[in-house]
Amino acid sequence: MEKNFEPVIVGFLCNWCSYAGADLAGVSRMQYPPNLRVIRVMCSGRVEPSFILKAFQEGADGVLISGCHIGDCHYVDGNIKTLRRTPLIKTLLSQLGVEEERFKQTWISAAEGEKFAQVVKAMVEEIKRIGPFKKQAEEESDDFDDKAYGLMIEAAVTIEGGNIDG
Amino acid sequence: MADLRLTTEKVGSVLVVGGGIAGIQAALDLADTGFYVYLVESSPAIGGTQAKLDKTFPTNDCSLCILSPKLVECGRHPNIELFTLAQVEGISGEPGNFTVTIRQNPRYVDLDKCVGCGDCAQACPVKIPDPFNNGLSKKKAISVKYEQAVPKVYNIDAERCLYLSKGKPLGKDICRKCESACTSKAINFDDVPKEYNLKVGAVILAPGFEEFDPSKLTNFGYGKYKNVVTSIEFERILSASGPFKGKIVRPADHKEPKKIAWIQCIGSRDTAQCASGYCSSVCCTYAVKEAIIAKEHIGVDLETTIFNMDIRTFGKDFEKYYIRSKEEYGVRYVISRVFALEEDPETKNIKIRYSDLEGNVHYEEFDIVVLSIGMRPCAESKNLAEKFQIDLNKYGFAETSIFDPVKTSREGIYVCGAFHSPLDIPSTVVQASATAAHAASLLSEVRHTLEKQVTYPPERNVLGEPPRIGVFVCHCGINIGGVVDVPAVRDYVSTLPNVVYADDLLYTCSQDAQEKIKEIIKEYNLNRVVVASCTPRTHESLFQQTLKEAGLNPYLFSMANIREQCSWVHMHEPEKATEKAKDLVRAAISAAALKEPLSVLHLDVTKEAVVIGGGVAGMEAALEIAKQGFPVHLIEKTDQLGGLALKINYTLESKDVQNYLQELIQKVENNPLITVYKNSSVINVSGYVGNFLSEVKTSTGVIEIKHGITVIAIGGEEYQPKEYLYGQSNLVLTGVELENILAKSSEYLRKVKTIVMIQCVGSRNSERPYCSRVCCGEAVKNALKIKEINPDINVYVLYRDMRTYGFKEDYYQEARSKGVIFIRYEEGNEPKVRLIDENNLLVTVQDHILQKDINIEAQLLALNTATLPNSNARELAQLYKVPVNDDGFYLEAHMKLRPVDFATEGVFLCGLAHSPKFIDETIAQAKAAAQRATGVLVQDKLTSEGAISYVDPDYCVGCKICVGLCPYKAISFNENKKVAEITDVLCKGCGVCASACPTGACSIKNFKSEQIFAEIAAILA
Repeated sequence: MEKNFEPVIVGFLCNWCSYAGADLAGVSRMQYPPNLRVIRVMCSGRVEPSFILKAFQEGADGVLISGCHIGDCHYVDGNIKTLRRTPLIKTLLSQLGVEEERFKQTWISAAEGEKFAQVVKAMVEEIKRIGPFKKQAEEESDDFDDKAYGLMIEAAVTIEGGNIDG
Repeated sequence: MADLRLTTEKVGSVLVVGGGIAGIQAALDLADTGFYVYLVESSPAIGGTQAKLDKTFPTNDCSLCILSPKLVECGRHPNIELFTLAQVEGISGEPGNFTVTIRQNPRYVDLDKCVGCGDCAQACPVKIPDPFNNGLSKKKAISVKYEQAVPKVYNIDAERCLYLSKGKPLGKDICRKCESACTSKAINFDDVPKEYNLKVGAVILAPGFEEFDPSKLTNFGYGKYKNVVTSIEFERILSASGPFKGKIVRPADHKEPKKIAWIQCIGSRDTAQCASGYCSSVCCTYAVKEAIIAKEHIGVDLETTIFNMDIRTFGKDFEKYYIRSKEEYGVRYVISRVFALEEDPETKNIKIRYSDLEGNVHYEEFDIVVLSIGMRPCAESKNLAEKFQIDLNKYGFAETSIFDPVKTSREGIYVCGAFHSPLDIPSTVVQASATAAHAASLLSEVRHTLEKQVTYPPERNVLGEPPRIGVFVCHCGINIGGVVDVPAVRDYVSTLPNVVYADDLLYTCSQDAQEKIKEIIKEYNLNRVVVASCTPRTHESLFQQTLKEAGLNPYLFSMANIREQCSWVHMHEPEKATEKAKDLVRAAISAAALKEPLSVLHLDVTKEAVVIGGGVAGMEAALEIAKQGFPVHLIEKTDQLGGLALKINYTLESKDVQNYLQELIQKVENNPLITVYKNSSVINVSGYVGNFLSEVKTSTGVIEIKHGITVIAIGGEEYQPKEYLYGQSNLVLTGVELENILAKSSEYLRKVKTIVMIQCVGSRNSERPYCSRVCCGEAVKNALKIKEINPDINVYVLYRDMRTYGFKEDYYQEARSKGVIFIRYEEGNEPKVRLIDENNLLVTVQDHILQKDINIEAQLLALNTATLPNSNARELAQLYKVPVNDDGFYLEAHMKLRPVDFATEGVFLCGLAHSPKFIDETIAQAKAAAQRATGVLVQDKLTSEGAISYVDPDYCVGCKICVGLCPYKAISFNENKKVAEITDVLCKGCGVCASACPTGACSIKNFKSEQIFAEIAAILA
């Protein structure tokens, strides 16, 4: 394993809870490793499976999705969509050969700065332990794309296709 | 038909005196609700004391960063007219129609011509002590008050200017160097005082306070010993823009200190010498803050000690802050009396002579000693009182009443902030909004009559242009620049594609920075802007406003958060933080390149309010909203109005609560605009600001109410103690029960020889690590009443810290002088209570001074118990999508500056649901919440989000996945065209539909998949 490996983790945080929680960690000067790169979305339910695949494809070593706690969603139940999508994303990733440690989905509220710092710390440590992400078939990265896209569509339809709100 | 009682016509403008945070908040609240405001400030710029502070407690927010957006908003508000260097000369007329005379002193610099470049100060040869840094540094005779000042216009100190003081009076042409240096021709040596007569309907007094001058206390050597500084001076030492650029050094030799001490209650809680008896309320928490920040600056090895009598961290979340300072930062607290300070003439160290609780005298040496000075009424206090003919209290603060806390003795004139009493920032902001409410209800019929409409320059069409991006990287003083190599980030981003301009700014949020951004947009013909600074959650709208003013669509903007999510959390890894900052800015730039101009929608507003909770908070809020002309639905869970106040007979100040409460209930029930629903509760909520729909379960069935805003005022509950034999012996009561007995009959005390009270029952423990704020005052109230009934009854108060803040300190001292005995106990060493027989209890407490157990035989024990959040708080929180904190109280949008707003628009809070507080504080907060709520209700149209979803019919395959997903039912299916369609006004922009659309037909503006893909690619590039 590479020495001094510094993983890059992409985090998709919802604006109202988790992004605010990350801000609170900042305001409280809670120190955590500088390996996370945050992309702000309005709701964790906005995060398409393809965003996660894109992140891995572009070289991320890990992806974090975080939203409001169940019941706290600013958009009523956007995080329920995230909740339902998560196991399918995990399945999808494992089919693509992505270790399960590389993908994490949490709920962090606007008041949980400390939890945010803890989550990042733990994730960085874990990914440092397993090393950098190497795409299963590096030379066939087009294949990764195609396979991923196909699976993604399948997953999207599976997740949303049924009468999930009923 | 004309109202014949109205002798004069009311005027739709308000005078606000004082440009600190109180005046600023009051001015903004009024200007945002249809009134024209004259804001009069005696110094050259607004900002007040908050501008001088480094950080604010208990969140350690950068003080200037949270203030700056408000300064800018005030400075650019079309309905606020600033008069700096000005004071009120006189007032005549009556409530609703006053005429005030304002005198404005010469600035000698033209407000319209000065660009704030500072060339004049460069040229000026005269150095004078800088009052903004309390004289710890020098500035020029021509200067700005501080870098982020609004207005950022220079002014000349006429007494020190060579030409104005020596040349001009004698007709000699000396110096005038600033004049030749100024390329804008802004210097005007012929400037003269100006007088203005203004018509206003109401007046708000917010002149602030004066720092206590400790040089009057000869035993502390302040002014003689250089390493003895005041707490405000220490704030300046901590500040990045302070005299030592944020590096903590000793004023005597500029060496870094190893040991710093704070001495509390300087000029407060002290009836000797020139000091005052009241408690200044804020000094304990600011000392905690200064100690924490000093440790953060210098490191864990710095020794910090706070010498105090009691630690009064009574505000919301202050107690946890205090605990953190001890447990996490190792700040040492010494309960003591400090006699004197002495300087070692060699080392310039300061020796403190103090006695501990046991009476032993100690000496300890420190590198710096900070005197935690109190708040004095402002120097203008007497003058203002005379001019405005209002009463002052015995200390020189404005006289107000408990049940009308922001009204002065004269109708139409209101008071907020530290002229009311020593207050912290959140209480000041609450009071400011409350005064605005008073003024607005007095003048509600002339609302909008003097309001000026805002117009922006026409939006430049940028479609089809290749991106031309300007990037501004913020130092935020040293908040970012102290960790991240800002110039390196700037240089790096200037090499990136589409970037045509990159610069770094000290404070990107300041008004002069906004001007600069606008100029650069024009000069470089920018069509996208990126700001790398703090969190978009607080500052995005400020910069978007700037874009609008520069003729750019506000959505052509993106932000990189390199402070909260970079410099502040990677303080010890500057290189990695710099790399991360580059990544984040690069991503923001690539996102910006794909941003598109978006238009916003205008929505109707249901001009009705729902107030939940029929206690004091809910009723006061309802009444205030109704007074401003809007219908209110007041929903009360029980069968009667009044809430917890029904159980309280009188206040610490001996004011009759029941009398007030009955009057309030009558006013509410008789108000034609208020509908009261008893035995009712909200069971379901849909909609959003401007258009809520709440289902209310009433005794006669479920009804639906359409409303524009919601005020949550559901109050709190009393802790029912499990400890100290409560419930097991009828000799043990709660404080509230005791008060009730004392109020009703003195008969009960006939056989009582000794009464013991125990403080902090259920508060300040591991289960509830907060202070319930009111219990110390309640104990003193009951103790005084007992002594009034029978002075021979022994009263013992077993306490941890007596937190009788503000003027309540007088009552504590009175209780002591009447023989009430106060004994301190420590957490973990709580008193023990045993039943001797059916009429007697034995209370054992370890006395701190004697270091041994004291046994008190008592016939009555009163437990002053915690205030709990309402047990329904969480349920309601879920309905209205608002957060609660760890303790179960509601969490406001911003602890300091948005104390009665929720982050969710259109929902407001007040009273005990927010945190424990006294009745006058609840009343002020209720009025504040009402005013903030009115801010929504006065608008005819609310502007919606521009970043909403849309469906491209060409790609939609009609699968209907999105239709079922939308929580707002904003998506419908067009059976004719077989495609999904979005109702724009209902869409809230969550993007869930976009994430689920299998064909990409459904997308969300500003967060499009291709935009996020670009961001992902850039962040990992």
